[in-house]
Amino acid sequence: MSILVNEHTRVMVQGLTGREGGFHAEQMIAYGTKIVAGVTPGKGGTEHLGVPVFNTVAEALRQTGANASAIFVPPPFAADAVLEAIDAKVPLVVCITEGIPTLDMVRVAAVLRNSKTRLIGPNCPGLISPGKCKIGIMPGHIHKPGNVGLVSRSGTLTYEAVDQLTRLGIGQSTCIGIGGDPIIGTSFLDAIKMFNEDSDTQAIVMIGEIGGSAEEVAAEYIKAHVKKPVVGFVAGQTAPPGRRMGHAGAIISGGQGTAKTKYAAMQAAGIHTVQSPAEIGHTMAAVLGKAAAK
Amino acid sequence: MKIHEYQAKGILAKFGVPIPRGEVVFKKEDAKAAAQKIGTPVVVVKAQIHAGGRGKGGGVKLARSVEQASELAGQILGMKLVTPQTGAEGRIVRRLLIEEGLDIKRELYLSILVDRAAEAPVILASATGGMEIEEVARENPQAILREVINPAAGLQSYQVRKIVFGLGLPAEMTAQILKVAEPFFQALYRAFLATDASLVEINPLVVTGDGRLIALDAKMNFDDNALGRHPEIAELRDLDEETPLEVEASKYKLNYIQLDGNVACMVNGAGLAMATMDIIKLAGGNPANFLDVGGGASAEQVKNAFKILLGDPNVKAVFINIFGGILRCDVLATGVVDAARELKIKAPVVIRMEGTNVEKGKEILQNSGLNFTVAAGMKDGAEKVVALAGGAR
Repeated sequence: MSILVNEHTRVMVQGLTGREGGFHAEQMIAYGTKIVAGVTPGKGGTEHLGVPVFNTVAEALRQTGANASAIFVPPPFAADAVLEAIDAKVPLVVCITEGIPTLDMVRVAAVLRNSKTRLIGPNCPGLISPGKCKIGIMPGHIHKPGNVGLVSRSGTLTYEAVDQLTRLGIGQSTCIGIGGDPIIGTSFLDAIKMFNEDSDTQAIVMIGEIGGSAEEVAAEYIKAHVKKPVVGFVAGQTAPPGRRMGHAGAIISGGQGTAKTKYAAMQAAGIHTVQSPAEIGHTMAAVLGKAAAK
Repeated sequence: MKIHEYQAKGILAKFGVPIPRGEVVFKKEDAKAAAQKIGTPVVVVKAQIHAGGRGKGGGVKLARSVEQASELAGQILGMKLVTPQTGAEGRIVRRLLIEEGLDIKRELYLSILVDRAAEAPVILASATGGMEIEEVARENPQAILREVINPAAGLQSYQVRKIVFGLGLPAEMTAQILKVAEPFFQALYRAFLATDASLVEINPLVVTGDGRLIALDAKMNFDDNALGRHPEIAELRDLDEETPLEVEASKYKLNYIQLDGNVACMVNGAGLAMATMDIIKLAGGNPANFLDVGGGASAEQVKNAFKILLGDPNVKAVFINIFGGILRCDVLATGVVDAARELKIKAPVVIRMEGTNVEKGKEILQNSGLNFTVAAGMKDGAEKVVALAGGAR
């Protein structure tokens, strides 16, 4: 098992005919993801990478039975693309685009709340259930099927953690990059809940970063409801306050959102915290070893 | 992006937010004329820098005559203003705002920002104006009123009333404010939305003797991601207020933040870049910067990044940490070697990379004859670069 995506996931790509969308669609197809449709307004009726292209999301859904969408649309138009997918009732929408204005996401969040769609991102690498389905831009080959769920706000730091796990022979059920923006569709809490309920996920890695309080909220839930072992890291222990560290959401403001408060919340919840990003894999190995010995 | 107080007031005034009458001046000679034109018995001379706490640092003064205004302008213009927010290095004052003195009855606090948890704009208000809101939040969090605005419905009249009554002011003043609060709040919210602001802060918001609400101070920050649709706001950027290397980096679209250590780092991805700073610290060193060359890390960007990193005289060694994945390491390594040759880089460089063709990439680096050390992983790389920078402190 896995969460959100598996071998039955049928994906449409919004922005398939663009440079980014085309490149990553090719990579996804090579990984084995079922890419069934592309959406580019004005290019309906054509084909790209052997995939039929439609003018609207609704039409792509109707014609191909897609049940997920990957969005590679430039930032000024990305919120509109997400809203179109929500309107067409696509169950899972993964928005890779970085740089969407925050007030655009405020509007998206308001519509999303009353919809049946789950949004991952924006400004994220996407998600992957190794060996089954990859929707996103992560390098597929570093992953290995298995039983550790991983959720992270970052892209390359996620790859780093996955690589450490795989080298130690620890496979993953699903890895989700939830995105580095202040307003995102799926939070740590949402992902942790799903991993907690997934029978095939035995342990969880949670990679947070400075800014906001989503890690603290998830830690509260873990403390009360999660029996599976959780390994936690927070990036930005050395980040200065008041500066945006690359990700729009990675900012310590008014003394809120520091790595210190996030670590404290994680530790209070019984999460196995690591101070060094190089120790995520080893710590998980030790935790799983202990769990197996019990 | 940040802008100056006078610029924020200019924008707010266009949306109908009442502000004091005032003029910006760049030269001492213009201060007198500005004060004369304003014509009130008292004028305020305010230093314009992108940092708060200006009054505490001596950057805000009252003048009781046009001559005194001119004299004060002479003192403040060109001064190095040190406030709790500038750090010890302070900021040179290059612009002044000269404003009318007002009959102030009461100072309040009002701001609008996006609340991440609520995923919506929120109004914050407090009866203790003039104080840092963080300070109020720490000492007396109940004193801050919070009103989330439904983005579809907009700011409602009852919400304005809730805030005004919630401030707990004397009955007569509350009645006075109620008469003018609605248009003030609505104008402020319109300005916030229309400009894609990330923060509009009026601190203090003053109640005058004749019952008006006026934005005595104003701070506006904008969403960098939205500047593309607001060219008139992007134009207000003041490069004098930014670190020169950061200005240079922004030309190349590099995410660079200068810090005070001596180990420079070049990383792809913001999360990994932060984690790299952290691991340098854990190895006993101090990062000189945050730098994200972007997920792709092209050869051209690597070269630009080198230029920025080596522009910092404190840098003793460079750590390149690239987790490519799909990226081809041989292409990256060739880029690094070319850049190092072209820029004649002397500082030791430690490189850790992962991705397609990683062995070929390592070979290119090792055979380059340059001062490169190839690391086996993040931890190994951090330890090596800290040693090369002069060891742990």
